[in-house]
Amino acid sequence: MTDKSNELLVVKGLRLHFKTERGAVQAVDSVDFELPRTKATVILGESGCGKSSMAKAMLRLLPRNVDKYDGEVLLDGQDIMKLNNEAFRKEIRWKKISMVPQAAMNALNPVMRIGDQVAEPAMIHLGLSKKDALSQALRLFELVGVPSDFLHRYAFELSGGMRQRAALAMSLVTLPDLVILDEPTSALDVLTQAGIMNLMKRVKNEMETSFILITHDIATSSELADNVAVMYAGQIVEVSDAHRFFTGPLHPYSKKLMASVPRLRETVEPDFIIGQPPSLLNPPTGCRFADRCPARFEKCSQEPPTVIQDDRKVKCWLYV
Amino acid sequence: MSDNDNLKSISHEDGQPLLQIQDLHVWYELKRFGFGHAGYVRAVDGVSFDLKQGEAMACVGESGCGKSSLMKTILGLNRPTKGDIAFDGGQLTEMQDEALRLYRAKIGYIQQDPYGALATFMTVQRILEEPLIINGIKDKKERLRRIYKVLEEVKMTPVEEFLQKFPHMLSGGQQQRVVIARAMIMEPKLLVADEPVSMLDASVRVEILRLLRKLQETHNLAVIYITHDLSTVRYFSEYIFVMYAGEIVEFAKMEDLLKDPKHPYTLALLDASSDPDAGNALVMREVPPGEPPSLVNPPTGCRFNPRCSKMIAGVCDVKRPPDFVVAPGHRVACWLYDAEDHHVP
Repeated sequence: MTDKSNELLVVKGLRLHFKTERGAVQAVDSVDFELPRTKATVILGESGCGKSSMAKAMLRLLPRNVDKYDGEVLLDGQDIMKLNNEAFRKEIRWKKISMVPQAAMNALNPVMRIGDQVAEPAMIHLGLSKKDALSQALRLFELVGVPSDFLHRYAFELSGGMRQRAALAMSLVTLPDLVILDEPTSALDVLTQAGIMNLMKRVKNEMETSFILITHDIATSSELADNVAVMYAGQIVEVSDAHRFFTGPLHPYSKKLMASVPRLRETVEPDFIIGQPPSLLNPPTGCRFADRCPARFEKCSQEPPTVIQDDRKVKCWLYV
Repeated sequence: MSDNDNLKSISHEDGQPLLQIQDLHVWYELKRFGFGHAGYVRAVDGVSFDLKQGEAMACVGESGCGKSSLMKTILGLNRPTKGDIAFDGGQLTEMQDEALRLYRAKIGYIQQDPYGALATFMTVQRILEEPLIINGIKDKKERLRRIYKVLEEVKMTPVEEFLQKFPHMLSGGQQQRVVIARAMIMEPKLLVADEPVSMLDASVRVEILRLLRKLQETHNLAVIYITHDLSTVRYFSEYIFVMYAGEIVEFAKMEDLLKDPKHPYTLALLDASSDPDAGNALVMREVPPGEPPSLVNPPTGCRFNPRCSKMIAGVCDVKRPPDFVVAPGHRVACWLYDAEDHHVP
């Protein structure tokens, strides 16, 4: 993360707040992170921590009740937050950044052939003819391991794993620089999950695509991660390379989270985190994890700074 | 499974088992145009095992392997096509109306998705009262006493704070506690937990598993824990069996299975489950090709044979493997272990 030109995506102070009857929900609150080219960053967090909202904020897929939406998202040095909606749709979405939303495999159009669906983004966003788009889709089907005759089938004829592969092929059909995957394997069986993970490793190497993988499944995330960002209550609390993260996380929340993972090959008793994440309606001032943190001290009532330690970032007073 | 006798000697060396499943078949009939017979879905095909009071048994398998059909049959929601279930001295197939209702009251069921399992328009109190009313506890005070007791047990305290809440006002972990409380309120002898933690966050999962473990120990409950996640079974059960395409392929003590898995399918499952480790990103995992077979026309012989890398042509694809005992209490339905010394070829 030292060479600036090596960074595909730089996010600075990204905020996304939603209006509700009871006040503003601070779903994404001043998030900063960088994504190196051809690497995979995993965004880890529990449900309700704002990780899916962050993905949607990056792609500007917003609901109507947006309260605040600002910050910088630099893609190849260009601040895509400054583009107007039409330019964003034409230039960025699908072409540069595509997304596999949560449960994408269940969101395929039931009355459209799989091949047509997968080819459609290439026709609309790259302006390919139907024939070219279909041959592109076929090429990707081969890459993701879907038999070529599935092009002519409908979604209900495919198993869950195959539908997930087709959704992945669709996100890759426009050859984007960045693919955001939201919980791509959480509804799948263990063997299918391992197959999809293998596939993504291969895609990452062969197509030089960058990935953002959003998940709550820590064990599976380690299959693909080059870097890890941990989110808690709308904020990123730790960014680290995968190797050092999985061997020794820094932030107390990351440590507790890692300790809560049941291990198959070790006999350590897993632990759990007492309490619940704070409401994002009125998050506590200071560190948002302080109430549940075993290492809290006086300073934690103030907003913790983000400390850079050996190229790792951690938002915690312990490291100041 | 062909040799039931083996199995019986495995899971109860002493005492009468609470639950005895004998050669259970659950087939669903497929109809053509609504009436003509078009075959069967063989969801459960010859499953046998015993479960004693106070024991926890894990059932591992992928979706579509028949574990839900097995569970529904144990709960008395499906009728067995063949075979029988003996529970606490009674035979399930002989039970009718009233007996069946009493039978169901002795079994608690914990659903996978807590929010989906709780009626959205009922308060916690009403949710927990329902089974008591159905089972004829007319005294309102007694009902409330039981609700207090069970909520305290699942650590939803102070109880008053939760009684009038609706499910959507609770966190995922709390919802699952209500589901557990509901399963426990009739003081069952057997709990069937269907993926009780798979919908929960990592930090809450362990808490719920510990709670289940504690309930099991204090009430000396028998528990069937159904999961696809091998990493959680270690903390929960004494015995484990692996199901594939309607059959039990391996049965063992939990540590034995994790330490020394035998069946190629079990090996594949274990291989595919990862522990958090940055090294994972550098290696490709070995995954058997293909997908689980259709249960309408399962492959002849061993049902795993089309996907198995150790398939012996002319054996595995012809004859259904019986159970081979590879170690005390460890049986495997795989032709690889068909040898006097049970040595892997």
